[in-house]
Amino acid sequence: MSMGGGGPRRPFVRRRKSCPFSGANAPKIDYKDIRLLGRFISERGKIVPSRISAVSTKKQRELANAIKRARFLGLLPYVLR
Amino acid sequence: MPLYETVFVVRQDVAQTQVEALSTQCSDLIATMGGQVPKKEYWGLRQLAYRMKKNRKAHYMLMNIDSPPAAVKEMERTMSINEDVLRYLTVRVDELEAGPSAMMRKSDREDRGDRGDRRRGDREPRGDREPRGDREPRGDRGERPRFGRDAATAPGTEPEVEGDAT
Repeated sequence: MSMGGGGPRRPFVRRRKSCPFSGANAPKIDYKDIRLLGRFISERGKIVPSRISAVSTKKQRELANAIKRARFLGLLPYVLR
Repeated sequence: MPLYETVFVVRQDVAQTQVEALSTQCSDLIATMGGQVPKKEYWGLRQLAYRMKKNRKAHYMLMNIDSPPAAVKEMERTMSINEDVLRYLTVRVDELEAGPSAMMRKSDREDRGDRGDRRRGDREPRGDREPRGDREPRGDRGERPRFGRDAATAPGTEPEVEGDAT
């Protein structure tokens, strides 16, 4: 919905952002690194979908796993109100 | 032998020395069963993200373990019996981190983040810059503000924005 629909009708090419966990000196996904993981949860505490954060599918799986581990340990919230 | 990382969470009323004692008890157990614990890391009394058995804070302890699986299983069993331990998580890893973990590095990275904020604050009152009049008029960029709004909802793109919002 936010991608193509609205706005003036002109050819608009959005440059695909590259995955923040791919390439050289990319951060390592680690359930202990809550500062890193905190960037990938929404204001409600949900995991941000990869179509918004541009994380690759493989890394998104890894990231979701790490966030869930951090939640279990009480490092990250399940819900933020 | 497989490598493991164990984090356990101990309730807040327990003293730090008791947490250390518990971790040595675990590492002794592992040592007797033929493993070793190359690193132990105490993260301190941390605020929990949600209440866990009425606790708002808890002690965290990380242990890097190189041991047979049976020893880890036994250690987890003793932890599950101990009522001071709220949670424990054991993860099998390919290699153990030698230095301090991300949790301990976090504090100095936060300092750096603060410094970045301060620098951004300093940049604000720069009046002595020349007026940037020679820019092209941005006529054909109608899509831009939409993108900005989208980016603001995506915390992955701009960490500072997320920090301000919460």
